[in-house]
Amino acid sequence: MNTEKKKGWKEIPMAGVCWVPSTSYLTGDWKIYRPVWDSEKCTRCVLCHLYCPDGAITWKAKTNEMIFNYDYCKGCGICEAECPTNAISMKLEGEP
Amino acid sequence: MASEWKFTAKEIAERPDLFMSGHRACAGCAPATVHRLVLKATRGPTIATNATGCMEVTSTIYPFTAWKIPWIHTAFENAAANASGIEAALKILRKKGRLEYEHVDVIAFGGDGGTFDIGIQALSGAVERGHDFLYVLYDNEAYMNTGIQRSGGTPLGAWTTTSPAGRKIPGKPQLKKPIADIMVAHEMPYVATASPAFWIDLIKKVRRGLEVEGPAFLHVIAPCPRGWRSDPSKSIEISRIAVETCIFPLWEAIDGEYNLSAPSKLMALRPERKKTVKEYLKMQGRFRHLFKPEFEHLTGKIQETVDRRWQKLLKRCNMP
Repeated sequence: MNTEKKKGWKEIPMAGVCWVPSTSYLTGDWKIYRPVWDSEKCTRCVLCHLYCPDGAITWKAKTNEMIFNYDYCKGCGICEAECPTNAISMKLEGEP
Repeated sequence: MASEWKFTAKEIAERPDLFMSGHRACAGCAPATVHRLVLKATRGPTIATNATGCMEVTSTIYPFTAWKIPWIHTAFENAAANASGIEAALKILRKKGRLEYEHVDVIAFGGDGGTFDIGIQALSGAVERGHDFLYVLYDNEAYMNTGIQRSGGTPLGAWTTTSPAGRKIPGKPQLKKPIADIMVAHEMPYVATASPAFWIDLIKKVRRGLEVEGPAFLHVIAPCPRGWRSDPSKSIEISRIAVETCIFPLWEAIDGEYNLSAPSKLMALRPERKKTVKEYLKMQGRFRHLFKPEFEHLTGKIQETVDRRWQKLLKRCNMP
């Protein structure tokens, strides 16, 4: 739990402006299944990046690899269902 | 209109996500995918405004915000009025020489409740006044945010909490409102429909809508696994099958001239590839009651309606 003291009305921005980026809130613990990426089968079509509702998959151009950010992945399985080469498989959280 | 924007998937992947991770939409939320893809198509400084709805609530839970661009929300019914206000403010700032950018785009996002029912007067007024903005309607076919109540966008026979399927009444008894055709009737410069499954088509249409002088309207289908009672991993597939069954054909109307887009043109030229509506219905739990023997006739009625609207569209597009 967040134990730090909450800000009072004098310290927060005026007019109900949201000032904390949502990336500081991790949604990764929502998932039951987690996507596991197979670098061999992957053709880097980046469809998983485009279809991911959470932006949890990014393509790193320098090393040409897909990066799965499990801090934000909610485990919906869209990437597995849409992968044309079956390079992504869903594994139960906690399994190796 | 400016020359066509050409891009590859990797170029799009390298563009930063303006709709960030960490928003609190459900797993498998297609509206979140739609927001990400729409904001990938921006051409520079952009201001967004939201009608109240799922994506407004889940993206900005105080004090968090998922938007990397200036964003404003005031009420349910006035996303389009907000957009026209922003556009008018930009105009006067430019006149006074206090705007350093060449162009600032305004995008208004609305759900189907905030567009079909509650927001249509604000939208109609903003379009009539001719403000330069893009209105993106992400259509998840009910008020999902407040607990799956029926809206003007809910299709015939769908279960919702306010049109429950019982022994006598098979879900919603009315048809879906053809909102995009209503917008074409406003004689606005650009109206289009899109599906997140055909992402190239979607991104191109967003860019065209931003480039056009005057108001533009984009109707995007966005499956909601929670409200449609479907598998979260099938959200994108459902939006693809909606196009392949011609339930949600993809077209664009530039100055009132209808044109079929590539995925739907294929269905027009190769009618044997067209799927039956049953394939679309069986993927979703909200149509489960339609497969009971007493409501079997309703699938026929849905197919009839879809075929009628498809034939009407083909005639408008001058297709055989």
